[in-house]
Amino acid sequence: MADLTSSRRTGILGFLTATRGRERLHWTDWVSYGYLCLGIFLMFGPVVWLVLSSFKDRNELDRFPPRFLPYAQETIEVDGFDEPLLAFRVTEGDLAGELVGQTRRAAGRAEVVVPANPDERIRLTTDQLEPVEGIAFATENYTQLFERFNFLRFFWNSTFITVMATLLMLLVNSMAAFALSKYQFRGRNAVLLLVIGTLMIPQTVVLVPLFLIVTELGMFNSLWGVIIPGAATPTGVFLLRQYMITIPDEILDAARMDKASEWKIFWRIVVPLSAPAIAVLAILAIMWRWNDFLWPLIVLTRTENFTLQLALNSFQGELQTDWPSLLAMTVLTLLPIAAVFMFLQKYIATGIASTGGK
Amino acid sequence: MLSVISSVMRIVEIPMIALQRLLGINRLAWVFLLPNLILFGLFAFLPVILNVVYSMTGSDNVLLSDRPYIGASNFGTLLDCSDFLDPNSCREDKFWRAVWNTIWFVTLQVGIMVGFSLLTAVILNRDIRARGFFRSVFFFPVLLSPVVVALIWKWILQREGVLNAFLDWTGIGGFNWLVDAHWAFAWSVFISVWAHMGFYTLILLAGLQAIPRDVYEAAIMDRAGAWRTFRRITLPLLSPTMLVVLVLALIKGVQTFDEIYAFTGGGPGTATTFIIQYIYEKGFAGAPRLFGLAAAASLLVAGVLVVLTLAQLWANRRSVDG
Amino acid sequence: MRQKRFAMTALAGTMAAFVAAPSVAQEIRFMCYSDGNECEVYDDLLTRFEAEHEGVDVIVDVVPYQAILENLPVQLAAGTGPDLAKVTDLGGLNEYYLDLTPYIDTAYWDASFGDTLDWYRVGDRQGYYGLHTQLTITGPFVNATLFEQAGVDMPGPGATWEEWAEATRAVAEATEADFPMAIDRSGHRVAGPAISYGAQYFDDEGNGSFEGFMPFAEQFVEWNNDGTMARDVWASQGGATYADAAQEFINGEVVFYYSGSWQVGRMDEQVGDFFDWRVVGSPCGPAGPCSGMPGGAGVVGFEQTEHPEIVAEIIDFLAQEDVYAEATARTRNLPAHLGVASAGVEFEGASPAAQAALNAFASDLSNVSPIAFRYQGYAGNRAMFGITVERLSQAIVGELTVEEAMERAAEDLSAALAESN
Repeated sequence: MADLTSSRRTGILGFLTATRGRERLHWTDWVSYGYLCLGIFLMFGPVVWLVLSSFKDRNELDRFPPRFLPYAQETIEVDGFDEPLLAFRVTEGDLAGELVGQTRRAAGRAEVVVPANPDERIRLTTDQLEPVEGIAFATENYTQLFERFNFLRFFWNSTFITVMATLLMLLVNSMAAFALSKYQFRGRNAVLLLVIGTLMIPQTVVLVPLFLIVTELGMFNSLWGVIIPGAATPTGVFLLRQYMITIPDEILDAARMDKASEWKIFWRIVVPLSAPAIAVLAILAIMWRWNDFLWPLIVLTRTENFTLQLALNSFQGELQTDWPSLLAMTVLTLLPIAAVFMFLQKYIATGIASTGGK
Repeated sequence: MLSVISSVMRIVEIPMIALQRLLGINRLAWVFLLPNLILFGLFAFLPVILNVVYSMTGSDNVLLSDRPYIGASNFGTLLDCSDFLDPNSCREDKFWRAVWNTIWFVTLQVGIMVGFSLLTAVILNRDIRARGFFRSVFFFPVLLSPVVVALIWKWILQREGVLNAFLDWTGIGGFNWLVDAHWAFAWSVFISVWAHMGFYTLILLAGLQAIPRDVYEAAIMDRAGAWRTFRRITLPLLSPTMLVVLVLALIKGVQTFDEIYAFTGGGPGTATTFIIQYIYEKGFAGAPRLFGLAAAASLLVAGVLVVLTLAQLWANRRSVDG
Repeated sequence: MRQKRFAMTALAGTMAAFVAAPSVAQEIRFMCYSDGNECEVYDDLLTRFEAEHEGVDVIVDVVPYQAILENLPVQLAAGTGPDLAKVTDLGGLNEYYLDLTPYIDTAYWDASFGDTLDWYRVGDRQGYYGLHTQLTITGPFVNATLFEQAGVDMPGPGATWEEWAEATRAVAEATEADFPMAIDRSGHRVAGPAISYGAQYFDDEGNGSFEGFMPFAEQFVEWNNDGTMARDVWASQGGATYADAAQEFINGEVVFYYSGSWQVGRMDEQVGDFFDWRVVGSPCGPAGPCSGMPGGAGVVGFEQTEHPEIVAEIIDFLAQEDVYAEATARTRNLPAHLGVASAGVEFEGASPAAQAALNAFASDLSNVSPIAFRYQGYAGNRAMFGITVERLSQAIVGELTVEEAMERAAEDLSAALAESN
């Protein structure tokens, strides 16, 4: 009896505390997996829908009610016609069930031919015809992108901005967070409050003042005009500072006993111990810069400086939006960052818990 | 790559040691802060200060030098209400509608989102199979741009969308979700939780990873119950991270804009118009562009946020100390 | 031998271009947005201009429309704007426009573009600024197949909004269509009908006003709430956001869809063989006019450019009758050039249905009320469009009564006029 209770306790405890090494699945595991599967459906389902939709042509995208897989009307080759004809199935009348190709159509009437007998033109009303549809992936949504503009150039610009801004941000923010978490100095709280204070003003609002400053500094239409202001994100300092607080001071004091310089303590001890938070911040920084739209839109106006997001949104006109191209482009811009995330997420699991905790 | 970085760091160490001798350990903190403060000063503080100046000027000119000083009259316009609870009695009725919508929205959204993020983080922190895959699944929506998030959910929720097709199939029958003010609001909360939950889950997950395992082993030794362990050990040790999450969630919640704007445009009517949309429409999208009024509104919001955040920090300090 | 000589000349020409280019290279930046293929077509046409003007390099930067609407004014104010751009806020950006007068044949421009030149003029700046490249006019698309199925006669020319509402309600009842009518969610789109119902849009002093807007507002709100209008379009959105009902029309759910000439290409491509559609003239109203609303976009140069002469030459090049006609045909827009319009345009790649539709729109231009023309050229019209949409929507969803909404609209407008200069 006592054993049972304790094993159950460990089980529930495991549920909440991640104890490793159980032999069989406990009910909490079932609950967890159930929750995660629901998660796949809710969180991932719409993304799958997005990817499939990027293979749909314009008609299929606008269709009510929407369908999961991309369909398109099939065409048939008929002798004597240069172009393939749209395929229909006849629903009623003498030809019921026959597959026909449509040659002409006007005002509720259609002229069709049976493929076996291409010379005889048959007149039917359009409500006797039902389009024949098959699954068709509109890969031209993708190929068009490469024909229409310099995709690689935009990709390079986006990559350069993202990598530079992320490195700069990680370095500068972790230094600041180290100072704000591991030193006692006058003005510390004031700086911290200022950092948090700037979080309060949304970027949308300071866009114009920021634009005027950046122009004044001569960074208009330069990639650095996107990189440098982007590195000053208060979220990063705040996030890292809160994480670094949890690193025990004893570790630092021990290093100081060994005559390590403060820079070495920062670089060799605090940064590695903050790996999970830095990994999180790296993921976020990469994502922010990669997906950034409003700021590059105002700073970069020349095609050769465009990022992927700007190119993507240039499919939006005043009155019309080219959704097939926009969706294909969205999926393409999503792939690299999804790959980066899958790579970086495993570093979140390495940290104090596995390295310096004991 | 790594070796390059570490040799750079070794070179940086030389002047840093010199500075350390010169300034002493505690004043060295300013050296660590300096690069960040310069960037911040130029690209975060200065725009905010300019924003304050804008808020006290009128007209629709862009450059400050062309704008007449009008004192606090922008603030006066915003606060001109005979009854603050009734937007219809205010001069800027849309501002107050947006304020009340935002208050409701943030209350619901932050609560639901932080709750689910914590639950998800705890589950993802367990020793489960395909952990990396599941983490990616929950984080994926964060990677989508707001326009795409809005588009996907419009496909699902529109009158002849996926959800209604499903409901028709089950026999329940469809509903025109986005024309009903309450449903549109509820779906806005849902979508914003959907789109941002992964972000907070990730931060919490990193926080959970930071809790040393031996603490739990001690708890098992003491035969502490699971719930008790969670409340007495996990939550307190997670509190610095929790503070980040709460502060960020609150601030970002108040600043909710892009995806809802692309989703409902703030409608039906003004049912999902939030404060940043009001600011955006006043200052940028609308005509004439009233930067002054927009800046004033943003400062009022920032003021409220500062008070709320300070309250959170203060509450956190008390709970940690006591 | 002959071939060889040709090769030599070509080589010499190329050499000359290479040698000459760096010394006189003039890079001209053209900020453009696309509702279809406009920017591609201009880029192509301008390579001809480049061939004629050695050393001039016109680069077309295709940007999202949002950049033109929101960021271009800020960039112009800061002095970092492009050399020329395709804009829609025609009067609003007047202060930055380059006056083309010294560089062009004004008699040709007056004779060719007439009224549209006024849309770019504000106050005492009465020069020649903009080339209206994309003329649009609002009007209804009708699903003729649904009328046929229902056995209802389509109202003829000169029919009123009331008559169309009645006829389309009968059609929707008899068929599977969900909505009799739909209008795009836009202040520009309702301007035509509103004028037909008596809206004046200007007061005695020539300032914007919502005088006479009430009858339309009441009718529109009523139609939205009794199921005549597709309520989704206006009621499921907020703010001043644009929403169209093209998707509903394409799916055969709307009998009568009030949008504009720019939708023709999309209808042509997407409706295809699904049903027969037709463009009819804008219906009439109790106040008399059967007016649509003109609109569109144009190309302007900016005063801050370093090469005003070249910029003016580029715009003038695009304004020449043959170039303009080709651009119109390829982008499938209505011509604002009177010569091109009277000669008729054969729209490239357009089906007979689309050609007929574009011609129907073009012929409806003569019915446009003078108020509508003036409203399109009014610098404060964007503010008024926005206010119309926001306040009408609030009345439709019941946040405000129609009276309150119109009262608020008038207050919004006077506040807006007080702030703009």
